[in-house]
Amino acid sequence: MAWMSWTLPTALFFIGIAVILVGMTTWQLVSPCVERRGFLPLATTRGDRLFIGLLSSAFIHLAFVALTDVNIAVATVLCAFWMIILMRWG
Amino acid sequence: MQTKVENNKAWFLVLPVFLIVAFSAIIPLMTVVNYSVQDIFDPYTRYFVGTEWFKQVMLDSRLQEALLRQFIYSFTIIIIEVPLGICVALMMPTKGRGASLALILVAIPLLIPWNVVGTIWQIFGRADIGLFGAFMSSIGVDYNYASDPTDAWLTVVLMDVWHWTPLVALLCYSGLRAIPEVYYQAARIDQASRWAVFRYIQLPKLTNVLIIGVLLRFMDSFMIYTEPFVLTGGGPGSSTTFLSQALVQQAIGQFDLGPAAAFSLVYFLIILLVCWVFYTTIMNMQKDK
Repeated sequence: MAWMSWTLPTALFFIGIAVILVGMTTWQLVSPCVERRGFLPLATTRGDRLFIGLLSSAFIHLAFVALTDVNIAVATVLCAFWMIILMRWG
Repeated sequence: MQTKVENNKAWFLVLPVFLIVAFSAIIPLMTVVNYSVQDIFDPYTRYFVGTEWFKQVMLDSRLQEALLRQFIYSFTIIIIEVPLGICVALMMPTKGRGASLALILVAIPLLIPWNVVGTIWQIFGRADIGLFGAFMSSIGVDYNYASDPTDAWLTVVLMDVWHWTPLVALLCYSGLRAIPEVYYQAARIDQASRWAVFRYIQLPKLTNVLIIGVLLRFMDSFMIYTEPFVLTGGGPGSSTTFLSQALVQQAIGQFDLGPAAAFSLVYFLIILLVCWVFYTTIMNMQKDK
């Protein structure tokens, strides 16, 4: 695995993604979700909202990095709130 | 009465594909993420730099220009190839030997490898030995794709149109053949004009294949590398340097693995976003139907 040049932050990032995927799969098995419409302009499943949330979070992080000098942790906290809002009301 | 037994055994059939994708895409992508946060001098000397490369590549004017060029290129070829593909499909014969011959002729450009397409157009566009170059010279146009950015763009766009319009044409042709004859009979009874038949029967029935065509052409043109690389090498200057070529220059030419990895991830996110928008649009259109 050394050839992959792992670092602690990237390892934590991928562990986080893996935990989210396993968690979402378990959630789906325990209580299958129904497609619904929230504030997003399209009907979405739980997985759709997760994907939209992760993709938009990536762009929010990029915008923070490119346009501001604010610590990236601020973007992460904002994205965490955004994910909660999206999953609950999206 | 429900007789269908639900189980998840089919997932095991997907397992080989998952393993192949893991080795060919997921693990390399994870490695790229790891590279993007480090300054790598050699396999044993590397330093964590956080988000520094991301800031650098997103503020890099060369990459911004390459991104703009890429969008202009992709939209230009779609605007040309889709209407042209529809026209070609409408003009192709539908029955007899002529139909088979037309299908073969139209499909030929699709069978030619990308680097060969680049070479063909490299020769074709030369004023001394190429037909296209000689033709332009004979009508008094000072055409030289190697030194003039406009000519280079014209040639790259023409090359793509020549290479990939057949794909749109074949998709449209198959879509047109799937329209039941009763629609045309109804149109004849109503004495509909040729334009009305196209506007109210053929075009609505082609919507799905056109979306697939646009999606395929956008994705493919957004990742284009070989043809412009062989034809113009990204020049003159950097006028035809698209994203993938800028990326290769950075990663392999300059061996800046960290910035190149960060750039790849930004590139990947843009493609992912566009794919998602297209996919969602297609799925919603099918639901509406």
